[in-house]
Amino acid sequence: MAKERFEEALGKLEEIVRRMEAGEMTLEESLKAFEEGIRLSRLCAKKLDEADRRVDLLLREEGELAIRPFTGEEREG
Amino acid sequence: MERAGIRDILTVSALNERIKTLLEEGFALVWVEGEVSNLRRPASGHLYFTLKDAKSQIRAVIFRNPFARSRGRTSDFALEEGMSVVCRGRLTVYPPRGEYQLIIDAVEPRGLGALQKAFEQLKARLEAEGLFAAGRKKPLPFLPARIGVVTSPTGAVVRDILTVTRRRFPSVNILIAPVRVQGPEAPAEIIRALGDLQTVPNVDVIILARGGGSLEDLAPFNDEGVARAIARSRIPVISAVGHETDFTIADFTADLRAPTPSAAAEQALPLRAELMESVGSLRLRLIRRRRQETERLRERLAGFLKRLRDPKRRLADIRIALDDFGERMRISVARLQAARRREWQNLVLRLGHKSPRGRIVEYRTLLGGLGKSLGALWEKQAQRRKDRVRSALALLDSLSPLAVLRRGYSITRLLPEGVILRRADSAAVGRDISVLLSAGRLEAKITKIFKEQADGEGKI
Repeated sequence: MAKERFEEALGKLEEIVRRMEAGEMTLEESLKAFEEGIRLSRLCAKKLDEADRRVDLLLREEGELAIRPFTGEEREG
Repeated sequence: MERAGIRDILTVSALNERIKTLLEEGFALVWVEGEVSNLRRPASGHLYFTLKDAKSQIRAVIFRNPFARSRGRTSDFALEEGMSVVCRGRLTVYPPRGEYQLIIDAVEPRGLGALQKAFEQLKARLEAEGLFAAGRKKPLPFLPARIGVVTSPTGAVVRDILTVTRRRFPSVNILIAPVRVQGPEAPAEIIRALGDLQTVPNVDVIILARGGGSLEDLAPFNDEGVARAIARSRIPVISAVGHETDFTIADFTADLRAPTPSAAAEQALPLRAELMESVGSLRLRLIRRRRQETERLRERLAGFLKRLRDPKRRLADIRIALDDFGERMRISVARLQAARRREWQNLVLRLGHKSPRGRIVEYRTLLGGLGKSLGALWEKQAQRRKDRVRSALALLDSLSPLAVLRRGYSITRLLPEGVILRRADSAAVGRDISVLLSAGRLEAKITKIFKEQADGEGKI
């Protein structure tokens, strides 16, 4: 869900920049588009700045699926 | 035989010796077909491997020298893991271990081994079914929220995937579905893991991975059930079975085939730095564009304002322009006058240099001087002349015959010639003569002539 926001936001941002550069907008539109573009770029940057992740194991416990933290990663380094 | 079985109790050595004799004599020369597996090449240069088919295997060795020499084969033929071969050799028994093996002296490659054949058949069948069709391949998500990894939870594969994903995009979650990737249970576990991952939210891509191995090690990935589970997955599957060159059925079925697990992780995730850069550059373009737009509008506005000027200002401008023209005209006229004046003065100066007045004065002075000196000269000359005349007169006076005449002499001239008579014999009687006296003159006729007299009668 979050990733779709990122991808969509990036796509929208690209479209806005393209349209602005093509000069297809009225002044009113371009001001609105600019604000939206800045908002989207902040959203994307925020998403990219997130640094934490989770590594889990998908296990079957008594026939039921269970997600448990993967502890093997610490051994990597 | 029975008796012998009961009565003769053999030692192990004796039994092995008998087996050895039996086998080595019974299989002195055999041709055998199989697949090369567990190939080892120790420093000795001999080749040890297992020759196998789907059900059975036998140990084999190729001693370096006999093989190289006796065969005289193309030297570029080298045994490889998984290669199907036909070997010629003999059986030997090694009594200390009670083991037997083939000593091979000739080997040649065989088209396709049985495993390979089965592989080809399955591949052809699934391909015909359309399981590998490009149209079936699902596109990978741009940025997955969670990556499902079907592999062994221990070992290099999972570690490589974790390392690469963290490097590329640290905030993406990983869900590992642990399976055995080898052995008879592997296919079932892989199939179940693929199915389980479908039910977990946010898994946007699956990596099916294992490290490299021989063809039989990769058997689970050539399993039809696994292939069908991959094809069924609604989540895109990247296969990474760790063989650069050999493809498995799983590779063909997967939505994307990566040569290694690390490569699969790279394919699954965009590089965060690149994304940040593109977001940054889009933002920059946005801002720049807006600035340009504003600037352009401002310029247009300024252009309109310029054209919308107050007519009074225009009048003032004209007035100023007129003043300016007037001033400039004045300046240029004055400049022209000055130039003409200079020219005139110059001409006057030059004319002055050419005036005869000076010369007239000069000449006049010269003339005056000359007149004066001429006067003086004249006076001097006149005086001198006067003196000369005076002395000449005195001389003349002294020399004048008149003076002689005054002393009593007279001058006789023969008339009419006027020739002065110096000798009496120059005259003739009857001739007229003129006698000049100191005062007055006489004319007479010669009446008598006397020649020179001795007594000096002629003396006066």
